[in-house]
Amino acid sequence: MEQFVQQLINGLSLGSIYALIALGYTMVYGIVKLINFAHGDIFMVGAYVGFVSITYFNMGFFPALLIAMLFCAVLGVVIEKVAYKPLRNASRITALITAIGVSLLLEYVVMFFAKAGVRTYPENVLPNLEMTILGVRITFTQVCIFAVTIALVILLQFIVHKTRVGKAMRAVSMDKDAAQLMGINVNNTISVTFAIGSALAGAAGILVGVYYNSIDPLMGIIPGLKAFVAAVFGGIGIIPGAMIGGFSIGAVETMVSGYGSSLYKDAVAFAILILVLIVKPSGLLGKNTREKV
Amino acid sequence: MPLLSVKNLTKSFGGLTAVSNANLTLNKGELVGLIGPNGAGKTTVFNLLTGVYVPSSGSIELSVGDNVRKINGLKPYNITRLGISRTFQNIRLFKDLTVLDNVRIAMHQNVKYGLISSFFRLPSYYREEQEVIKKAESLLEIFKLDTKKNELSRNLPYGEQRRLEIARALATNPSLLLLDEPAAGMNPNETAELTDLIDWIRKEFNLTILLIEHDMSLVMKICERLYVLDYGMIIAEGKPEEIKTNKRVIEAYLGEEVPHA
Amino acid sequence: MKQLFSFKNLKYSACVVALFGVIQLLISLNIFDDYYQITIATICINIILAVSLNLIAGFTGQFSLGHAGFMSIGAYACALITLNINSNYSFFLGIFVGAILSALLGFVIGIPTLRLKGDYLAIATLGMAEIIKIIAQNLEFTGGAAGLSDIPQYTNWVWLFFFTAGTVVVIKNFINSSHGRACVSIREDEIASEVMGINTTKYKVLAFVIGAFFAGIAGALYSTYFYVINPGLFGFLKSVDILVIVVIGGMGSIRGSIIASILLAIVSTYLQDFPEIRMILYSLILVVVMLAREFIKTKKINLDILNIKKYIKTNGAR
Ligand SMILES: Nc1ncnc2c1ncn2[C@@H]1O[C@H](COP(=O)(O)OP(=O)(O)OP(=O)(O)O)[C@@H](O)[C@H]1O
Ligand SMILES: [Mg+2]
Repeated sequence: MEQFVQQLINGLSLGSIYALIALGYTMVYGIVKLINFAHGDIFMVGAYVGFVSITYFNMGFFPALLIAMLFCAVLGVVIEKVAYKPLRNASRITALITAIGVSLLLEYVVMFFAKAGVRTYPENVLPNLEMTILGVRITFTQVCIFAVTIALVILLQFIVHKTRVGKAMRAVSMDKDAAQLMGINVNNTISVTFAIGSALAGAAGILVGVYYNSIDPLMGIIPGLKAFVAAVFGGIGIIPGAMIGGFSIGAVETMVSGYGSSLYKDAVAFAILILVLIVKPSGLLGKNTREKV
Repeated sequence: MPLLSVKNLTKSFGGLTAVSNANLTLNKGELVGLIGPNGAGKTTVFNLLTGVYVPSSGSIELSVGDNVRKINGLKPYNITRLGISRTFQNIRLFKDLTVLDNVRIAMHQNVKYGLISSFFRLPSYYREEQEVIKKAESLLEIFKLDTKKNELSRNLPYGEQRRLEIARALATNPSLLLLDEPAAGMNPNETAELTDLIDWIRKEFNLTILLIEHDMSLVMKICERLYVLDYGMIIAEGKPEEIKTNKRVIEAYLGEEVPHA
Repeated sequence: MKQLFSFKNLKYSACVVALFGVIQLLISLNIFDDYYQITIATICINIILAVSLNLIAGFTGQFSLGHAGFMSIGAYACALITLNINSNYSFFLGIFVGAILSALLGFVIGIPTLRLKGDYLAIATLGMAEIIKIIAQNLEFTGGAAGLSDIPQYTNWVWLFFFTAGTVVVIKNFINSSHGRACVSIREDEIASEVMGINTTKYKVLAFVIGAFFAGIAGALYSTYFYVINPGLFGFLKSVDILVIVVIGGMGSIRGSIIASILLAIVSTYLQDFPEIRMILYSLILVVVMLAREFIKTKKINLDILNIKKYIKTNGAR
């Protein structure tokens, strides 16, 4: 039982990170129906920006977090404007191939400048505290990850439901043309969506940096894919779905590592993906739709 | 024995009932029109008959040779094999393929050579391919498209695209042909030509035709019988002259002027 | 039968035989050293991979991101057979079993996943290839993460040529048959295709199975030429490598896939010592090609609109 709770706690911190990345996937998919393959790499860039801010500019955790989020937001918007916007009416495959291209580009540009090897975050970014409750160990870093995630999600919910931009985002994701007719600036709204989604990924990047300490240019691929699994699991395009999906995948992964073999934890995530796609492609919270002929 | 008999056909999309309890009978060799205001459910009927949509309830029976086959629930390609073919309201040609290929694809179900023949070009491949080309070309000739057989179908003018769709539908060798607004977007000359063509292919190919059309000149000229659909229900059935004076039909069409609730 | 010996076919055959002869000569005279030969092997294997992926993605329109997974099945099967069965025929047995196993897997995976459309299918096939990789990393008899080594080097230029030419001819023949047209019609409009009597599920799975079969052959050739394999070679990046070739050569163009295989192999040989630059180049090409393609396409649509307007002007409103 203790071990189970321990795994659950570990799963919660990992799941927070997946949830943050999954939110970006889901928001972008909801609004432009694009699987933004490069999203995992924006997360990686966030980790590197955090690393540079902390080790070279001696920033604290929170300033570095802000800088990483800001940088990624700008990066996300630039990518959207340059690579995705011209393809808005193209086939989904065209857009997906482009996104794969952008993803590789980010990975290898970072590799070119930062070299392929692993970089390590300093040990003491966050105080090295931990507490043990009834035999379950919780570190301060874990608490921070969870708290930052919750705070960002609450902020996101506020933006989406209580502000004009949020209303515009919801309108555009429902019907782009109608939204345009109603006087909503669709281009700006899409940019804002990319900015917010990318900022969340950037935050996830720096959180992973302080949690696991080591980062590398290809670190975004697998978490990116798993976050995508999370987004699909919860119903892609649906914000609460991404949260549920993220925490579920995180929990499943730590459980598989804890009780089965950690070697197979990635395989399990992909198996879940394929199962969900086949059994209920619209995800937990989604509705099925069919093409009109 | 009727060629097609549809009983209590119903299709709903969530809360909307697009077709409700429709009954429809087609006799061999008839040319029947299906008319009704926009959104009445006409195209949905076609989609149900061809298996593109699965009926919510009701039955569709087609006579194939001497047997009567229940076809609801069958996959579209199975239904096509049993002898129903169609065109689409919003043209759905294979746009990036040639005119000839569009027709040849529709002839696929009658091709008998197997995969091995196709991998290694065994004699049966050459024999049957030649036959297919010959048949396809003679079909294209009827529709005056033989000179354009190597053009991409996306580059054809609109009227020719509509004609090619009919040619493609005929290439599946149907006994029942469903035409969804074949004259849409055509000018009066083209419509008149098309009207004659439809009448001619019916006799030439021994077809039964069900036709959706908004152009009343065409409908009144060639249809022997009409079904009128409104809000998914069949509100009238009869000869064109009878339909013209039917009170419910007039109301339905006049009612169309007022926006639907 | 007459068409079989048509002038065009004879001309092609003559060119192909000449190409084979020239390269064989250059190899036997030692003008093409090992370095060149490795490039040639890479080209041949990439042609097989690209042409077979093109059948799935370019012609049938089913976007697969897991082609390297099929390749790995062929590679492992052939390696294990040639390592464990000591016979003159173990090479052919290995290639045959590798291709068949890969095709079988394509069938088993294709049936459920090919119901998915577009980007979802891409992700599902990617997931499948990753699962294969992870399994290979964890099984004992596949050598785990270290993989297998000392695989007998059966593959030489003659076999590479034979299988590459064979793959191209068979796939090209298939595409130009009624069955191949059925596949292409699915890419064009799946609903219209089904209504025109095509069993779309059957042909999607068929294209997937044939593609997997040849990817299996490519894998088998790879393992018996380069004599070491490990799961990392067949990951997502390998699938992307193949995809880059198909996209640059043109989706739905066999000739394009062949040319792109040759060009990219030459480029990567030159950039061997700068892997990052090679990948930056690849990714830039990928993005630029997609953007340019779309740009040209929208231009064309605009031209079409002009044509329709002209058509209405001349024929309509009379
Ligand atoms: N796949 C679908 N999902 C939801 N609603 C649908 C679907 N297909 C059709 N409908 C609805 O069913 C109703 C009937 O549509 P249908 O296309 O059959 O009309 P129609 O009689 O062919 O009209 P028109 O003359 O405009 O072609 C419409 O309200 C339409 O929106
Ligand atoms: Mg209609």
